[in-house]
Amino acid sequence: MTGVFSLLPEGRPGLLAPLLSGAWLSGGSEDASRYLAAGGYAPLTAPDRLLDRLLDRIAAVGLRGRGGAGFPTAVKIHAVRDAPGPPVVVANGEEGEPGSVKDRWLLRHRPHVVLDGIRLVAAMTGAERGCVYLSDGPAERAVRRALAECPPRLRIDVVRTEHTYVAGEETAVVRRIDGGPALPTAKPPRPFERGVGGAPTLVANVETLARIALMYSRPEAAGAVAGTHLVTLSGVRGASALAEVPAGTHLKVLADLCGHGRAQAVLLGGLFGGLHGTGWTDLPLDHDRLRAAGGGLGCGALHFLHPEDCPVAVATEAAAYLAAQSARQCGVCVSGTGALARTLTAVARGQAGDEAADKLHRWSRQLPGRGACGLLDAAARIVATLLAHFPDHVDAHRRSGCPACEGAAPEDGRRFTVPVP
Amino acid sequence: MKLLLDSTRCQGYGLCHEPAPELIELDEWGYARVREHDVPQGGADAAEAAVAACPNSALRLVK
Repeated sequence: MTGVFSLLPEGRPGLLAPLLSGAWLSGGSEDASRYLAAGGYAPLTAPDRLLDRLLDRIAAVGLRGRGGAGFPTAVKIHAVRDAPGPPVVVANGEEGEPGSVKDRWLLRHRPHVVLDGIRLVAAMTGAERGCVYLSDGPAERAVRRALAECPPRLRIDVVRTEHTYVAGEETAVVRRIDGGPALPTAKPPRPFERGVGGAPTLVANVETLARIALMYSRPEAAGAVAGTHLVTLSGVRGASALAEVPAGTHLKVLADLCGHGRAQAVLLGGLFGGLHGTGWTDLPLDHDRLRAAGGGLGCGALHFLHPEDCPVAVATEAAAYLAAQSARQCGVCVSGTGALARTLTAVARGQAGDEAADKLHRWSRQLPGRGACGLLDAAARIVATLLAHFPDHVDAHRRSGCPACEGAAPEDGRRFTVPVP
Repeated sequence: MKLLLDSTRCQGYGLCHEPAPELIELDEWGYARVREHDVPQGGADAAEAAVAACPNSALRLVK
């Protein structure tokens, strides 16, 4: 069971209505009439002026993408708008991180707010075509129902993909929508230059689009909307939760919310932001601060490690999962993730030689940035942060093994998978 | 001028390294790593030779 709750104060004027609130928390889906009554699908009157104001607002409050990279949304919208030819807007709902559930939850329960975001971004950029990209069956049904309920002015396709770690990477998204496999391609060009059908394409995470829709209907709350995050909290020994929280919230507060207050470490950004030990409790939920700490917020998924969880075992399982999820397109990724996972496994089993730590150090520095997508970077960061935060654990394992690791954690990433509430 | 590597195409032939060792290094598995994506002054000939050497067209130069 994954709990759902909001840390936002409700009911005070000037504050936003949280994305996670109301009757649909119990499992229902928000229908069009309810969304309209809440101020959704507001008319695009005097379109140029109002929409330009929306774009200025998005820039002013510094909304950043919620898919993982945290790129400034206004910059992306400008780039697509200024590129030659009519653009395409893609709502990316394929959350490849096993520890994240927010995107599927949004599509299942609040499809209209995402479709409203597509409508607004299309109006801002002159796009004539939109697309919802997803792998989740219930989410697809909810989106199709919403489209039938309230047919949009522009063409919006629903494209189903397989659920893999890389299927939501933006070039994989474009390739799949164009009828190919959901595998990343080399960049440049990025989708904003050349995307779906060769058109400039804005690939935006579904939460990002939902926040744009909230900003349009509640201009006075734009700052609060941009400063709020959906996060998925989990841990093997404790509850999982989807929560809506203000930016800057200390990670310790988030851990306490679902019984992970004693955690010794946290794995950030799904599998993307690395493992953080001593001092993690003081880190705030903030892209820049987490990046400065050698990690990353990514898609807002946080996995807490109980004092009895072995950090080496967790890192090994994460690296093995990533190696298995490699698209096997880039030789350096196949070799690099394989070497990281094999060497960590040997360390965990107490079978690694003296040179293992040196190799892991070297690879974690040399491999980032070398694959077509970020999967290799994620694996390298897990290793780099394990070595930085838990050098004694690594050393002790290498010398004598560890009972927790001997019990051989399943290497299929099950530990990180959170059920969608 | 930028020297770009499409890592999905690099098969580790290693032929790019010889004409441009200052621009490209090979890792322990033989895959190319571009040391500096911005080709320095005087490096254009070497960069072009590296691009031409790849049997799988993994390298390209962008002005």
